[in-house]
Amino acid sequence: MLRYTIRRLIQLVGVVLVLSLLLFAWLRVLPGGPVSALLGERATPESREALTKQLGLDQPIFVQYFKFLGRAATGDFGVSTGVQPGDSALEIFLQRFPATLELSFFAILIAILVGVPLGYIAAKRRGSWFDNVSVVGSLIGVAVPVFFLAYVLKGVASSALGLPSSGRQDAIDATRVTGFFTLDGMITGEWDATLNALEHLILPAIALATIPFAVIFRITRAAVLDVLDEDFVRTAESKGLTAPVIRRRHVLRNAMLPVVTTIGLQTGALLSGAVLTEKVFSFSGVGEALAIGFERRDYPVLLLLIIMATIVYVVVNLLVDLSYALIDPRIRTR
Amino acid sequence: MVLGLSAKKEKIDATAGVSLAASAWKRLRRSPVFLTGAVIIGLFILVSLLAPWLAPHNPADPMLIDQVVKARNEIPPSQPGHPLGGDLQGRDFLSRVLVGSQQTLIVGVVATLFGLTGGLILGTLAGALGGWVDSLVMRVVDVMLSLPSLLLAFSIAAMFSRPSQFTVILAVSIVQIPVFARLLRGSMLAQRHSDHVLAATALGVKKGAIVFRHMLPNSLGPVIVQSTLVLATAIIEAAALSFLGLGNPDDRTPEWGQMLGDVQKVFDTHPHLAAWPAICIIIVALGFTLMGETLREALDPKNRR
Repeated sequence: MLRYTIRRLIQLVGVVLVLSLLLFAWLRVLPGGPVSALLGERATPESREALTKQLGLDQPIFVQYFKFLGRAATGDFGVSTGVQPGDSALEIFLQRFPATLELSFFAILIAILVGVPLGYIAAKRRGSWFDNVSVVGSLIGVAVPVFFLAYVLKGVASSALGLPSSGRQDAIDATRVTGFFTLDGMITGEWDATLNALEHLILPAIALATIPFAVIFRITRAAVLDVLDEDFVRTAESKGLTAPVIRRRHVLRNAMLPVVTTIGLQTGALLSGAVLTEKVFSFSGVGEALAIGFERRDYPVLLLLIIMATIVYVVVNLLVDLSYALIDPRIRTR
Repeated sequence: MVLGLSAKKEKIDATAGVSLAASAWKRLRRSPVFLTGAVIIGLFILVSLLAPWLAPHNPADPMLIDQVVKARNEIPPSQPGHPLGGDLQGRDFLSRVLVGSQQTLIVGVVATLFGLTGGLILGTLAGALGGWVDSLVMRVVDVMLSLPSLLLAFSIAAMFSRPSQFTVILAVSIVQIPVFARLLRGSMLAQRHSDHVLAATALGVKKGAIVFRHMLPNSLGPVIVQSTLVLATAIIEAAALSFLGLGNPDDRTPEWGQMLGDVQKVFDTHPHLAAWPAICIIIVALGFTLMGETLREALDPKNRR
C-alpha cells in the first residue's frame, strides 16, 4: 500500500515535469512569444529587445527551461499580465484556491446527497415512472451546456428567490482567517458572514453539481441493479434479514465501489465546470482566473493554474484508488 | 414450473446462431428510447441538409439593421417574414438557427472522426504491437488524461492566436483521442491470446491481416458507442469554447455553440437569443446520448436474451 502510494507520487512528479515542459514550449512557440503577450503588438523594437534580454529569452530554450524550474522551485512563476496585472501568479492562485475548493465541496456534496439516494430508489423501482423520469432527467442534465444552465439559474432563481447572483460575499465587514468564507464566519462567530457566503455559493454550486449529479445517479443506479441480481442478496432476503440491514450491509456496500470511483473522477473534473460557472457568477476562484486567463492570454497565470489543476486531479484520483482498499477488503490483500 | 423452464429454453434456441450485431439490432428496433434518439438525429441531419432551402433569408445578411438600436439595446422584434425577429446584427434569427445546424453537425462529426482516427491509430499500435510502443503510447495517454478533458480542450484552443472553426474542432477532438486509444488497446490486448487469433496465427495469416481483419472488427462495438456519445460532448464543448472567447470569431456562417457563447453579454435583456440555440443543442445532444446509451446496452452480451 505504502509502496504503491510512493510509486504513484513519483509518477505524478514525472507527469508534472513533462506537462511543465510542454506548457513551457507552448509559451515559447506562441506567435510573438511572451514579449508580445506582455507588451502588446504595438511595442517598439527597443523595448522588445530590452524585455527579451531581461527575461533571458535570448538564451537556448533548455537553459531557459531549467532557469524556469529553478525559479518555480522558489515559488516564482512570473507575473500576471491579464487576470490581475502586476500580481504574482502564485499569489493569485493562493488567494483564489479556497474559493474554488469551497464551491467544489458544496457542488459535489449536492451531487452525492441527491444522486446516490435517487439512484438507489430508481434501481429498486426499476421500470416505474419514477425510474424513467429520473433517468431521462439525468440524460438531459448531461446534455445542457453548463454555462447556459448557470445563466438560467442566475436569471430565474436569483430574482425569484432573492439570492445574490455574483461574487463570493457582499461587501460586509467580515474577518478573514482561512480564505474559506463559510468557515471564517463560524470560527469568528460572525454567523451573518457565513450565511451571506452560503447564499452566494448556492446557485453556482447547483449549476456546477448538475453533471456530477447526473453521472453519479446513473452509476449508482447501474451498480445497485447489478448487486440486486446477486445471489447473496437473495440469500440475505431468504434468511429473513430486515430491509435496512440488507440495504446497508449487502447492497450499498457492494455497489459503492464504482460509485466512489465516479465521485472521485467527477470531483477531479469539477474544475472544468468551475471555469464556466465561476465566470457566469463572477465567483472569484481559480476557475474565473482561468476563464479570464484564456480570454486575455495571461500565460504565466495559465501555466501555474494548469499545473496545479493537474496535481489536484492526479492526487484526487490517487485518493480514489486508495479508498478502494477501505471499501473492498478483497483488494487489500493484493 | 416445468412449462416455464421449457419455454425459456426454446427462447434461447431461437437466438442461437444469431450474431451479436443482429440480436442487438433486433432489440434496438423495438426500443422506444433508441427510436426517439434516432428520430431526433434523423430530423437534425435532414434539417441541416435542407437548411439552405428551409431558411427564409440569408443568415449573413444584416437586412434588419435599421431596427437595431445599440444605445437602447434594442433588436428587431418578431414580425411578418421574421417570426423570431433579428439578432444583434439585424440578421434574420430563424434563418440563423436553421442554418446553424449545418456547422453544428460538421463540428460534431469532424471532431468525432478526428478523435476516433487518432485513437484508432494509437490504440491499435499499442494493443497490436505491445512492448515499448505500448508503453510509449500509454505514457502519452497518461499525460493527456492527467488534466480534466474540458480544461485540456481550453488549453489547446488557447494555443492558437487566431481561433477558427478548425481550431475549435481540433481542440475538441484531441481530448477524445486518449479515450478511444484506451478502449481499442484494451480490447486488442484481450484478444491477443484469444482462440480466434491463435487459430489465424496457426493458419499462417499475416500479422497485419490478423490485426485488421480479425482483431479490429471485434473491437468496434464499444468504439461505436463511444463515438455516439462523443458526438454529443463535442457539440457541447464547442459551445463552451465560444463562451470563453476561444471559438470561431467569424459568425457569417452560424453555429449553435457559437451563437450561444456569443450572446452572453445580452443574456438578461434578450434571453431568446440564447434560448433557441441552447434548446437545439440540448435536444441534439440528448438524441445522440439516447442512441449511444441504448446501443451500449444492446451490444452488451450480458443483456442478450
